[in-house]
Amino acid sequence: MDVVSELLRDHIYKMAASGKRVDGRAPEEYREIKVRKGYAKNAEGSARINLGKTEVLVGVKMILGEPYPDRPKEGSIVTTMELIPMASPTFEAGPPRENAIELARVVDRGIRESKTVDLGKLCIIEGEKVWIIFIDIHALDYGGNLFDASSFGALAALTNAVVPASKINGEDYPLEVEHHPISITATKIQDVIVFDASLDEDRVADARLTVATDENGHIRAMQKGLKGSFTLDEVDYVVKTAKKLADEIRPKVVG
Amino acid sequence: MEEGKLVNDKGIRVDGRKVDELRPIKLEAGVLNRADGSAYIEWGENKVLAAVYGPREAHPRHRQDPARALVQCRYNMAPFSVSDRKRPGPDRRSVEISKVVSEAFSHVVLRELFPRATVDVFMEVLQASAGTRCTALTVAAVALADAGIPMRDIIASCAFGKADGQVILDLDKEEDNEGQADVPIAIVPRTNEIVLLQMDGHITKEEFDSGLKMAVDACHRINEMQRDALRRRYAVTTDRHKAVKASSEGV
Amino acid sequence: MRGDKPPKREVVVPGDFLGTGLKPGLGTFSVGGKTYASQLGIKKVRGDSVNIIPLSGRYMPRQGDTVIGEITDISASYWLVDINAPYPAPLHASEVPWKVDFGDTSRFLNVEDVVLLRVLSVDEAKRVQVTMKERDSRRLRGGRIIDVSHSKVPRIIGRKGSMIGLIKKYTDCRMFVGQNGRIWLDGSLDGMYLAVKAIRKIEEDAQVLGLTESIEVMLREATARKA
Repeated sequence: MDVVSELLRDHIYKMAASGKRVDGRAPEEYREIKVRKGYAKNAEGSARINLGKTEVLVGVKMILGEPYPDRPKEGSIVTTMELIPMASPTFEAGPPRENAIELARVVDRGIRESKTVDLGKLCIIEGEKVWIIFIDIHALDYGGNLFDASSFGALAALTNAVVPASKINGEDYPLEVEHHPISITATKIQDVIVFDASLDEDRVADARLTVATDENGHIRAMQKGLKGSFTLDEVDYVVKTAKKLADEIRPKVVG
Repeated sequence: MEEGKLVNDKGIRVDGRKVDELRPIKLEAGVLNRADGSAYIEWGENKVLAAVYGPREAHPRHRQDPARALVQCRYNMAPFSVSDRKRPGPDRRSVEISKVVSEAFSHVVLRELFPRATVDVFMEVLQASAGTRCTALTVAAVALADAGIPMRDIIASCAFGKADGQVILDLDKEEDNEGQADVPIAIVPRTNEIVLLQMDGHITKEEFDSGLKMAVDACHRINEMQRDALRRRYAVTTDRHKAVKASSEGV
Repeated sequence: MRGDKPPKREVVVPGDFLGTGLKPGLGTFSVGGKTYASQLGIKKVRGDSVNIIPLSGRYMPRQGDTVIGEITDISASYWLVDINAPYPAPLHASEVPWKVDFGDTSRFLNVEDVVLLRVLSVDEAKRVQVTMKERDSRRLRGGRIIDVSHSKVPRIIGRKGSMIGLIKKYTDCRMFVGQNGRIWLDGSLDGMYLAVKAIRKIEEDAQVLGLTESIEVMLREATARKA
C-alpha cells in the first residue's frame, strides 16, 4: 500500500488549482516524449518509450495460429501488460492484477477499435491459418501516466513491425498500419484537471479519463478510471483537449 | 570459413573472435529513476536491465530472517526477448536461475547489517542471445553497488564451453546451439571464489581445467568494466552541461 | 596528480583495496590486515582509520538523528512511522508531548500525517524507536515534502547551515531537513518552487566546486527576475 501524505495531496492540489504543476508544466503540457523503434531485435517490432520519467518497452511478436471459429477470415491481436516489480516499489511479482489488466485492455481497445491493423489482412488460409499479433508491454520505470506511455509504445512498435512471412515461404514485409490512434489521459485532482500526470499527481489522483482519437479526430476508445467522477462539461473539455494534444503528439510516435 | 565449422584451424570463430575472446560489452550504472540502484548491459546481442530495491522490510513476515537480510533475485525474460514468443511470467528455467543467482549474491552481500530486511534484485532480459544468466548476474552486481548495498566484492560472471572439440569462451547463440558444452561460472574477483557453477554437455577434466582458467581470467576483465561503469557514474564531475540538463528536467 | 589541482576525492566501489594496517571504519571490512571498501562512496582517511562516505543507498537510522516521518499505521498505544529507512519505526504513546490514553492515539496523530521527530534508539537487531519529546519535534502542517538522497543532506545543509540559510533567505521558505533525506518546506508557491529547484541543483552538483556561490547566483537571478 502506498500511503500518500495529506501534505503531498494538499500541495499538489494547491499548485494545480493555481494553474501550476509541481514540475513546472502547464496543465495541458506533456513531458518530453522519446521514441526508440526497433530496440528489441528478436521482436517483429518494438519501441522503447520515455515519457518524462516513465519508461516502457513494447514488443510485437507475430505467430501463426488458428482463427477464432466465428471469425474464420481474421487474424487477432492480443495485448498483455506486465507491471514488473522493477518499475516501482509498489508493483509486485506474479500474474497480472487488475491494474495491469485494465491497462492492457485500454491499450488494446485503442488499437483494436481504430482498426489500426486490418485483421482481415492477417488471414493466411481461411478458417485454418492466420497471424496472431502479440503486443507485450513491459513497464521498466513508473514515473506516472503509464496509460499513455504504453499506448504510444504499442502504436510505435506496430509501425515498426515486419510480418515474418518467410516463415511460410513468403517474403517478409512491413506490417500495414492503417490508423494512428493516440491516447491522451486526463487526471483529476479534486476539481482540477491536468494531462499526462507525473508520479505524484498519479498518486493523489481522484479520477482519470483516457481518450484515444485517430488522425481524423474521431474517438476510438475511452476509459474512465478511479473512484472520482467527471462532470459533463469536464468530459467535453477532456475530449476536445485530447484531440488537440493527440495531433501534436502523433508525429512523434508514428515518426 | 569451412561450412558448419564453428572454430577454424587458426582458432578463429564464426564471428571472428579468438577462442578466449569475449563478445563486446557495454555497461552503464544508474539508468532508472524509481529503483534504489540500477544498471544496463549490452553483451553481444544480449540486452539486460537490472534494478535493486532495498534493503526494505521483507514480506510476508514469516520469510524474514531475524539475523540477516534476504537477497531475493528475480530473473525474467520479456516475452519478445526471444525469437519464439515466451509466455509472460516465470517458467522453471527462470526460477532456477533466480535461485542460483540469489545464492551467489548472498555470499558477498553483508547481510548481517540488515536483519529482517530483503534486498530485491530484478533482472529483465530484453533481448536474449546466449549467456543471459551471466549477463544478468554481471549487470545485477553493478546495480547492487549502485544501490549502495554493502558487499565484499562485485561478482563477475561469464561462461566457457566447447565447440568443434575446442574450448572456447563466452559462447554466442550458434555456438551454444551447436556446441558440446556450456559452463557458466561466477566468481568473487578479489578471492577467485566460485559462487556459481553450472554445466551441461560433455567435456574432459582437462578441458574443464583450461576452460575454467579462461573464464576466471575473463571474469577479471569483466570486473574491470563493472568497476569502471560505477566510477564513471559517480566520478567527481564539473560537467556543467549534465547538471543544467538535470535541473531543467523539472523538480 | 598535478600539483595545481585540488586533491580529487577518490570514488571507491565494493572490493576496492584501501590499505594495510588501517582501522576499518564505516563502509569497509578487513581481511588479514588488509582493508577493503564494502560500499560505493568516497574514501576518507583520518589518522589511521578509513571510512567510506556513501554516495548512494538507503538511509540507516542512527540515534539522535532528526528525521521526517509519515504515519503509516496506528494502533491503540503506538503509531508506525515510515522514516525512509528499511524498517518502519514505532512511535509509542509515551514518546509524544501529549498525554495519550490507551486507544486514544488517533485523536493526536493519524495515518498520512507528517511529523518531525528524533531517533531515540537503534538496537542490535536494527529495531528503531522514535520520539517526539525533543525540542523541534512536531507535526508538520502545510507546505510540501521532497525526497533527496540522504548522502546529499550535508551538502544541502552546508557548512554551519550556510546553504540552507541561503535558500531560506532568497525564497522566504520555512524549512526542515531530515537526516533521512526528507525535506519539508513551506512558503509561497513560487518560493517553494525556487527552493526545490535550488535543492535539486545542489543534489546534482554536490561534487562541483564553488557550489554555494553558484547556488546564490541562481537564487539571486531568479528572485531579481520576479521583482
